[in-house]
Amino acid sequence: MENLILGDKTFSSRLFTGTGKFSSNTLMQQAIAASGSELVTVALKRVDVEDKNDEMLNHIALPHVVLLPNTSGVRNAKEAVFAAQLAREALGTNWIKLEIHPDPRYLLPDGEETLKASEELVKLGFIVLPYVQADPVLCKKLEEIGTAAVMPLGSPIGSNNGLQTRDFLRIIIEQSKVPVVVDAGIGAPSHAAEAMEMGAAAVMVNTAIAVSSDPVQMAEAFKLAVQAGRMAYEAKLGKQSMGAHATSPLTAFLSE
Amino acid sequence: MFSDELEKISWEETTQTIQAKTTKDVEDALSRAHNQLTVDDFMVLISPAAQPYLEEMAQLSRQYTQMRFGKTVSMYVPLYLTNSCTNSCIYCGFQHSNPIKRIILSDDEIMNELKAIKKIGPFQNLLLVTGENPREAGVDYIENALKLAQPLFNNLCIEVMPLSAEEYHRLTQAGLYGVVCFQETYNKVNYNIYHPRGMKSKFEWRVNGFDRMGQAGVHKIGMGVLIGLEHWQTDVTMMAYHLRYLQRNYWQTKYSVNFPRMRPSENGHFQPNVIMTDKEYVQAMLAFRLFDHDVDISVSTRENKEFRNNILPLGVTSMSAGSRTDPGGYATYPQALEQFAVSDERNPADVEKDIHQHGYEVVWKDWDVILQ
Repeated sequence: MENLILGDKTFSSRLFTGTGKFSSNTLMQQAIAASGSELVTVALKRVDVEDKNDEMLNHIALPHVVLLPNTSGVRNAKEAVFAAQLAREALGTNWIKLEIHPDPRYLLPDGEETLKASEELVKLGFIVLPYVQADPVLCKKLEEIGTAAVMPLGSPIGSNNGLQTRDFLRIIIEQSKVPVVVDAGIGAPSHAAEAMEMGAAAVMVNTAIAVSSDPVQMAEAFKLAVQAGRMAYEAKLGKQSMGAHATSPLTAFLSE
Repeated sequence: MFSDELEKISWEETTQTIQAKTTKDVEDALSRAHNQLTVDDFMVLISPAAQPYLEEMAQLSRQYTQMRFGKTVSMYVPLYLTNSCTNSCIYCGFQHSNPIKRIILSDDEIMNELKAIKKIGPFQNLLLVTGENPREAGVDYIENALKLAQPLFNNLCIEVMPLSAEEYHRLTQAGLYGVVCFQETYNKVNYNIYHPRGMKSKFEWRVNGFDRMGQAGVHKIGMGVLIGLEHWQTDVTMMAYHLRYLQRNYWQTKYSVNFPRMRPSENGHFQPNVIMTDKEYVQAMLAFRLFDHDVDISVSTRENKEFRNNILPLGVTSMSAGSRTDPGGYATYPQALEQFAVSDERNPADVEKDIHQHGYEVVWKDWDVILQ
């Protein structure tokens, strides 16, 4: 399996995980370990960056794990840029998962503000990973601005509804020059495998692992599904066809 | 404004509609619960017809709550700044004519209280509570209290008299995150029986306060009815209408619902007109969760320990702990009069332990002042 190069780092795991919704920090730590994930996102609002003993930060401070702070909670570009700068200062990383969702119910990303914030953050030297709608045009614009990846959603966050946006994800993957990370809505290992088979560079999974009855086992299931999907992509899937093969060739006359 | 919407809804018809719901209505509503339900569905779920379906509702409620909030409960603590009040709510211990010692905490006293709270638990969500006394504890006083609390708490909410949109906006600049306000009852005809004098007697000013919070852009709006005044099914239905109305108009705001139950009084004070059983309380909570998968459902220490432990997996998303409901109760005046009797007297560490035992994690911090 090929390594994933993202920003200035190389990852052998293509499964990114989140830190919310777990029934305990210990379980979260075990699930992250079982997932093999090397990139873990954490909401800035959930941690106390000034507290050296912050429970959550301590539980994800694992040697092979890159910490990806996210801006969840901000409502516009201005707030996002401010939050990203504080995250950089407090956590010592210039990586930022840009999440701007002014709607607190479905947490759907605001494309316009995301584009604005991305432009500014790239200029400020951040490795920007923006969470966006599965909007192919917006993804191209973000790529042109210089984001390190694009993170289109499969379906609304926490819905576990899978790749409802698959037609648009296909277009994004086809057109993109930066890694495409499918974020949000992946509710089952089969969804993750589907995204990887399609050619996604990685997937981000949180709810499906955290609220499962056995998060550790589920994390491992996702790890295997992501590997299987990626391997299948690299091995090139056979064509799927519902139609019968023609018995009378249509172009035989050309070789007569 | 919501008062205009409320004019179009008949209290009596709503009450009758709820009573007339059938088993088939319940099964239909439950079959659609994966998507957003209507207020009519909500009426079905709080109707007598839905009572045999509590287990099914509970299973769905737990599923939706965990998908949205995970296996977590957020924790907050109230700080009563004053019991001084110009209103005459006939059920409230702080009513104006009650000859009790009135306290308005000074800056030093507020700081003492804040530090005392920090000693009982790692709270980050603070709810500042006042009565209604605009002259002595008005918006300037509240603004000052927010500024005092901000260095110690990341998330600041208030439960105070309704303010103007400009005043709410001004307080957001001072660090305010959310506003809790109880309509108490949506029965406009009987509202003044319970709230005969003072600013609180102005039904429209109160019910439209939520619009003003939305206009001011507060992050979170907490709504509430007090169970014990009017027919509870009708009151929570009106709150469901109000919630949908606010969500459509102020879509960037988060919402919470509260429906605390008044207890029968043993000392000749106000006796509740309506008693809501545990089963009915659970029914209302489940109905709110199925009606809205994202609304924050808050349970205070009015409810006792066993009940709070039992309802934890059913849809609860935030709880208070270690609460004192009297001004100065944490450090300054430990023996003063409470607004309501606390039934769950566990300290926050014990509450946290019980929550862990039920397989949930306590979220102390879910907001940061830097995001303000």
